[in-house]
Amino acid sequence: MKLVVAIIRTEKLTSVLESLFRAEVRGLTISSVQGHGGETERVETYRGTTVKMDLSEKVRLEIGVSDHFVAPTVDAILSSAGTGSVGDGKIFVLPVEKVYRIRTGEVDQDAVTPVEAATTA
Amino acid sequence: MNSSDTAWVLVATALVLLMTPALGFFYGGLVRRKNALNTMMMSVCALGFAGLGWALLGYSLAFGRGNGWIGDLSMSLLRGVGLEPHGTIPHLLFFAFQGTFAIITAALISGAIVERMRFGPYLAFITLWSLLVYAPVAHWVWGGGWLAKLGALDFAGGTVVHINAGAAALVAAIVLGPRKDYGRQAILPHSVPFTVLGAGLLWFGWFGFNAGSALGASPSAALAFTNTLFAPAATLVVWTIMDLLRTGKVTAVGGATAIVVGLVAVTPAAGFVGPLGGIALGALAAFPSYYALLFRARTRLDDSLDVVAAHGVGGTVGALLTGVLAQKVWNGATDGALFGNPKQLGIQLVAVLASIAYSAILTFGLLKAVAAVAALRATAPDEGLGLDVSQHGEEAYARGEGAILILDEPPGPPAPTVSPVLRTEGGRS
Repeated sequence: MKLVVAIIRTEKLTSVLESLFRAEVRGLTISSVQGHGGETERVETYRGTTVKMDLSEKVRLEIGVSDHFVAPTVDAILSSAGTGSVGDGKIFVLPVEKVYRIRTGEVDQDAVTPVEAATTA
Repeated sequence: MNSSDTAWVLVATALVLLMTPALGFFYGGLVRRKNALNTMMMSVCALGFAGLGWALLGYSLAFGRGNGWIGDLSMSLLRGVGLEPHGTIPHLLFFAFQGTFAIITAALISGAIVERMRFGPYLAFITLWSLLVYAPVAHWVWGGGWLAKLGALDFAGGTVVHINAGAAALVAAIVLGPRKDYGRQAILPHSVPFTVLGAGLLWFGWFGFNAGSALGASPSAALAFTNTLFAPAATLVVWTIMDLLRTGKVTAVGGATAIVVGLVAVTPAAGFVGPLGGIALGALAAFPSYYALLFRARTRLDDSLDVVAAHGVGGTVGALLTGVLAQKVWNGATDGALFGNPKQLGIQLVAVLASIAYSAILTFGLLKAVAAVAALRATAPDEGLGLDVSQHGEEAYARGEGAILILDEPPGPPAPTVSPVLRTEGGRS
């Protein structure tokens, strides 16, 4: 199992979610984060105070998947999150030691397999 | 000159002025977080640009003697506008009161083009629009122009303000084209409480708009005031019931919209119909706007904040119903179709169609003229980032995390370096 962590542009979230849905990736968590990925800083002015905004708002997705699902998940994000400009974000794939589904106590592979898929497969 | 009339119109002028920032709240709440300031600034800057245009040129084009179609330049730069009486109030006060109408009419159009129009071209457009579209139409109806001679009834600006702005909004939404996310993803209001606050302040200011249009502390003002209170109340009740029947839930955005629709509809009628006529008018006005809103959302017309449905349709219904429900026993001048004067409805229809046609054609020409000099649309990346940052360099809800202070180089002693703490907090990963 792997944990796919993606940092993307906030305005790209809708298209990424659509793309993941089409790739049949069903379980994920998102959070609002701020970060810096080399993009040009925005300069903002409030009355006489000028500031350089070093951090941009981004969305972070965390998706726990079984090994054969890593490539489709990453492809889905790569194909939908880009604009071609600096600041499109990153995808990290991390090894996962253990996964538990809280409702059933299932472990690992079973825990990251959607219920419908498990019954039909 | 009458001091109580003067006192009331002074207060009414301040009330109407409040409506423009109130509109900023109404519109600002309906857009996404990243465009909140841009949307509010579209109303706020109308205070300056349409206001100054009115003082320097617009007032003369609207109220100068001129001909049936437009005023003249005799009062440009406020020549001859002094403290002499105009009716029972000072001429200067009449000028100021009318100026607040020019301001809000220009600001109303912004609801159709939010979240995508560049700010500089917007300012150029509304300034030109208030001079070349608002002022002539105001002249037709209030400045002794051809609609006034024809006998069109428009107490406080159903045609001049609302139909005029509604037609301009329709054309502007078409010329600008839809937002890039329109119809592709959900675009939700970022602060419904702002919208409700805006609707409340608009209603409050509208007492100055309608009752102030009597231009005196008179029985006519009392009639307009009462109609401004009860017509929107009737619209709100009907709207609420339609919401309940359609979805089982009464929405806050719907309630705020209903208030505005009722206020728009009663504007041309305020001093001409009796209080029961006003209530009937408010109730009837709910239907066309309600269905226009539902219909518009299914089309590719991105009139983002529904200026056409609220102001164009609401204003048209109000102007026509004024021709039906006007009552001589209340206004001392004219009866409507319901009271034996069907001709009035025809006159109202002419006024409505003429305003729509003139406003639509001129708005199209003005937008094309501005577009020939500067692009109207923000670029797609700027639209994605949000117009607050891309057009104004500010955020409505800045968190301030990661903001590094830029210090000016002071002359003389070496510049203090940026605090290391700030550097670290804002550092890159």
